Amino acid sequence: MSSLPLLAPLATSSFLNTLDPRLRVLLCLAWTGSCLSLERLSLQALAALAALGVALLLGLSPRALLRRLVVMEGFMLLVLLLLPFSMPGNPVFTLGNLEATDAGFARALGILFQAHGVIFMVLILLGTLEVVTLGHALARLGVPDKLVHLLLFTVRYVQVLYEEHLRLRQAMRARAFVPGTNRHSWNSLGWLLGMLLVRSLERASRIHEAMKCRGFHGRFYLLDDGAWGRHDTLIALAAVPLVLVLPLLESVL
Amino acid sequence: MSEPLIRLQGVCFDYPSDPVLRDVDFTLNPGERVALAGVNGAGKSTLLRLLVGLVKPRAGRIHAFGQERRSEADFREVRARAGLLFQDSDDQLFCPTVLEDIAFGPLNLGRSAGEARAIAERVLDELALSHLRDRVTHRLSGGQKRLVSLATVLAMEPEVLLLDEPTNALDEATDERLTDYLKQLPQAMVFISHDRLLVEKLANRAVILEAGKLKEAVMHRHPHQHSHLHIHAPGLADHSHPLPGHNDHGHSGL
Repeated sequence: MSSLPLLAPLATSSFLNTLDPRLRVLLCLAWTGSCLSLERLSLQALAALAALGVALLLGLSPRALLRRLVVMEGFMLLVLLLLPFSMPGNPVFTLGNLEATDAGFARALGILFQAHGVIFMVLILLGTLEVVTLGHALARLGVPDKLVHLLLFTVRYVQVLYEEHLRLRQAMRARAFVPGTNRHSWNSLGWLLGMLLVRSLERASRIHEAMKCRGFHGRFYLLDDGAWGRHDTLIALAAVPLVLVLPLLESVL
Repeated sequence: MSEPLIRLQGVCFDYPSDPVLRDVDFTLNPGERVALAGVNGAGKSTLLRLLVGLVKPRAGRIHAFGQERRSEADFREVRARAGLLFQDSDDQLFCPTVLEDIAFGPLNLGRSAGEARAIAERVLDELALSHLRDRVTHRLSGGQKRLVSLATVLAMEPEVLLLDEPTNALDEATDERLTDYLKQLPQAMVFISHDRLLVEKLANRAVILEAGKLKEAVMHRHPHQHSHLHIHAPGLADHSHPLPGHNDHGHSGL
């Protein structure tokens, strides 16, 4: 059974994998903060380029990168198409009675650069982590237990539900179902969705029973033995100027 | 004979639409390995869930480990002492990693993280699964999930095992490995299985659910004439027949 591609960690160089996952989360947060604080278009573009450079340098394959980006670009396209028309400013051109403004274009570009600056860094630093490891790292950084377990449960069962979905789809195809735009198709897809919902509910109650059988009384536990090493501290220190250089440039210029 | 571990008396259970169990009596004694047979939908899984209080009977009494059990609090102790292996491993394994899943039970029973980890390592070692220790549970193969599920149950150090189709959907080699492992365990057990081989190898008593009634089944071996279909292919386990009742094959030398 094929697995959900978005859940599998991206491949990366071994250097990154020697870092404590917590450091990767923290670096990612710091970079995001620095990226979002930039106001000049040129610096925002530079940040996006720098992030892309880091991602490629640390061994992210361009193909894998593109495949993940596709997921986000649909949304970005919407922003690019709508923003120029929804900001007040000097009109660049008109479409019917809609005016595209220069301020709108600038804002749209700014969002494009900043989003990519952040997403490249997220993909290389966090996208290469096993989600389970990310969950552990978040827990040890003090993220509330409930949120971490919500994430971990989702990851655990999204896969099971996806496989159930695939099995049902295969069963439909095996009986010559071809989706089209007709009442029969919509009905059948509705049943598929309904069936998935019912099965998920039943599964949830079985999981709860299994947990009760093992003495569950409302507490979850995480065991992991990641250790913060000296090289993690060194990398963290080395990263400080890199994270700060763009905001500094901004305030100087 | 010593005190029975579990005793059901006059237990009735209905689902909203149809009655499942009618006036069921059942006793599990130490050392017994009971095969629970019955057609699909006969209520076998329901019976196991009744034993650990996951569903409550409409009528009748359940005694377990020396006292009558009624409330949820009563059954909490029963569940720690009678480990239930679920039919679908995906229901049982919900923790991120194998080690955490196995440690979950002991931690709930109040063990410290260190103790729980040691127990988990030991159980993994006993089942020869140590290499799976840090694996993410949802990426295991079907057979691995089944064995790890059993490990999660064994980690609670139960006195009784309740197994719902333990060898269901396993390949021959894993099936055999699991059967052999179960056979050498000291615990009393009740297991549901449609796998004739497992029943013959493991059970020393059998009961059958029919039309809501539980009856004692007679276990006997007899030589029988039958034809076999053998598949020879790389990757398939050898088809030798280790069963005592099966010495009547056409070909010689077996």
